[in-house]
Formats: sequence, structure tokens, C-alpha cells
Amino acid sequence: MITVALDKTADDARPWIEKAQPTHPTLIDTRHVLADLYNVVNVPTIFWIDERGRIVRPNDVAFGADTFKHITGLESARHLGALRAWVSGERPALTAEDVRRHQPLPSEADQQARAEFGLGQWLWAQGRTEAAERHFVRGGELAPHDFTIRRGTMPMRGIDPMGPQFREMVQAWAGAGQPYYRPLPDTGGSAS
Amino acid sequence: MSAFTLIDADRVVAVEARVAGGQVLLEPGSLKDALGWEYHDGQLCSDAMCIPIAAESALVHDGGIELDAFARALDRPLAVDVEERAAYLGASARERAQALASQHAPDFTLPDLAGRSHSLSEQRGKKILLVAWASW
Repeated sequence: MITVALDKTADDARPWIEKAQPTHPTLIDTRHVLADLYNVVNVPTIFWIDERGRIVRPNDVAFGADTFKHITGLESARHLGALRAWVSGERPALTAEDVRRHQPLPSEADQQARAEFGLGQWLWAQGRTEAAERHFVRGGELAPHDFTIRRGTMPMRGIDPMGPQFREMVQAWAGAGQPYYRPLPDTGGSAS
Repeated sequence: MSAFTLIDADRVVAVEARVAGGQVLLEPGSLKDALGWEYHDGQLCSDAMCIPIAAESALVHDGGIELDAFARALDRPLAVDVEERAAYLGASARERAQALASQHAPDFTLPDLAGRSHSLSEQRGKKILLVAWASW
């Protein structure tokens, strides 16, 4: 297991990591390197990677516990069961065809949004918070489904990422018929 | 020409540039020193490759290389802040999409809390659960 925190500083992620006392690598990604390489648009996003370094379960949503189940409607057991079965060899992962079908690929607007994030993040790190804000907002406009930008930059813009502005954003998004979390559908057989 | 910051992934380089009519014009020598690209005879070349430029007038103005046209020629997104004199060259959507479509997990190297670097490729040979999360 490898965890990657898309946070503005290591100290934002530190309390959670220290409390978990992990034995696996727990990495910090202030520049959203992982989001850029794997087209991650929200957290949590999980991937299964096999022994040969192939993605065998692309961008899926899974929680390790049921703390937020009443809000997300996502049960941790579904993914944990599938994960155990894959790791023990009881059941295979997704087929290459299912991986291809479910792998979201980034558009030009997605990558332009990530460039805006990159510039904003650099400006923010230089203490240029007002200039940074322009680019974070622009990134969110270009890729409104990218909550690593829209919500993930809230702490850099002095906005509570759990507060009223976040709730308004999610309500507007859901009101437009768009899901905040996009878990993989049950593909039956191996992926269920 | 005066200092302008160009961010290319984890590289932050100072280049010589001027801003004219909302466009960033790079000093050609700067383009070569900072990014390893050079324009000559209708081609934009690096050590690895050359890209033909259909209309020189779209890339070169008053002895400067237009940054926006340069990024377009490389098929890379560009975010610019003229007031802050800084720009970020992002990753091409086509390149990222091709890499993901190949189903090979892209390698990355990131620090842990102690600042020690770890790469995905160090875990090769094991089944990996990769989790992106955040405190927000």
C-alpha cells in the first residue's frame, strides 16, 4: 500500500499519518503530481497496481472505514472485500478490457486546469496568495468536476473545506445532476 | 528583457522575457538555456526531436519567442500570470491520456513526512493499493 496526500503542506497531513502509525510509504504531494499523472479529480481515489506495474483497477472511490457512509452512501466493505480477494488470489482484478473501459482520460481542459493549479500553487508558496487565487478559480472553471482543485485549494484561499462554501458547491453540483463521487460501477464477476 | 519565472513540472527557471500586448516574448537564448529548445529554419528543436513550425510569424515576434505559441507547438497547456511575471508549462493531455490508456502505472517520486523520497517503481513485484487522500 502507498498513500499520497494531496495537501498544501506536509503538516496538514501529518496528524492523520502519525495517528495511523503506518508501515507503508505515506507520501505528501503538495504539487498534485499524482493527480496530474493519474487523472485524479477527487479524494479518496484508489488504484490497484499488479506485480508487473499494470493498473488493474483504475480510478475508483473507496473509503477505509464507514465514518462518512451516512453522507457518501459508500460502504467500505465492498472495496475491502474485493481487495482481499484480489490480494489472496481468490479472484482476479478487472480484465484489461474493463480497465480500458473504466479508465478516465484527461481532456485538454483538464490539463489546462492543472496548469492553472500548478501556477497558483507556486504563487501561493511564494506568498502571492491573491495572484494564486485567480489561477485556482480559473482551474475550477475549466474543470468543474476536479475537486482536487475546487475543494483542495480552499485551505490556500482561506476557505473552510468542510464549511458552507464547500456545501454550497456540492449542492450546486448535485443539483446539476452530477455526482460528487464517481465509484466504478459493479462490473459483475471479478470486479464486484 | 527582464526576469520572468517559468515553471516546468519540478523545474523553476528564470528566463529573460518581455511582455507586449498581453503576450510573453522570450529571449531566444533563454529558451535554449532554460528549456533546451531552439528555433531555426522553420523548426523548433530539442536534443531529442524537431517540430516543424508552419508559420514563423506565429512563433517569433520582434526577435522574441512567443511563449503561448511555443507551448502550443509542444502541445502543452500554459498558465500565465503577466502581472506576477510567471508561467507554468503543464503536461500534454494527449501524452497523459496515452500513458493511462497503455495501462502501465505511471511512476512517480514523492517525499514522506521526513522528506525522504519514495518511488512507485521501488514496489515492483508486489500488488499495490495506491490511495490518493487529503486532510480536506
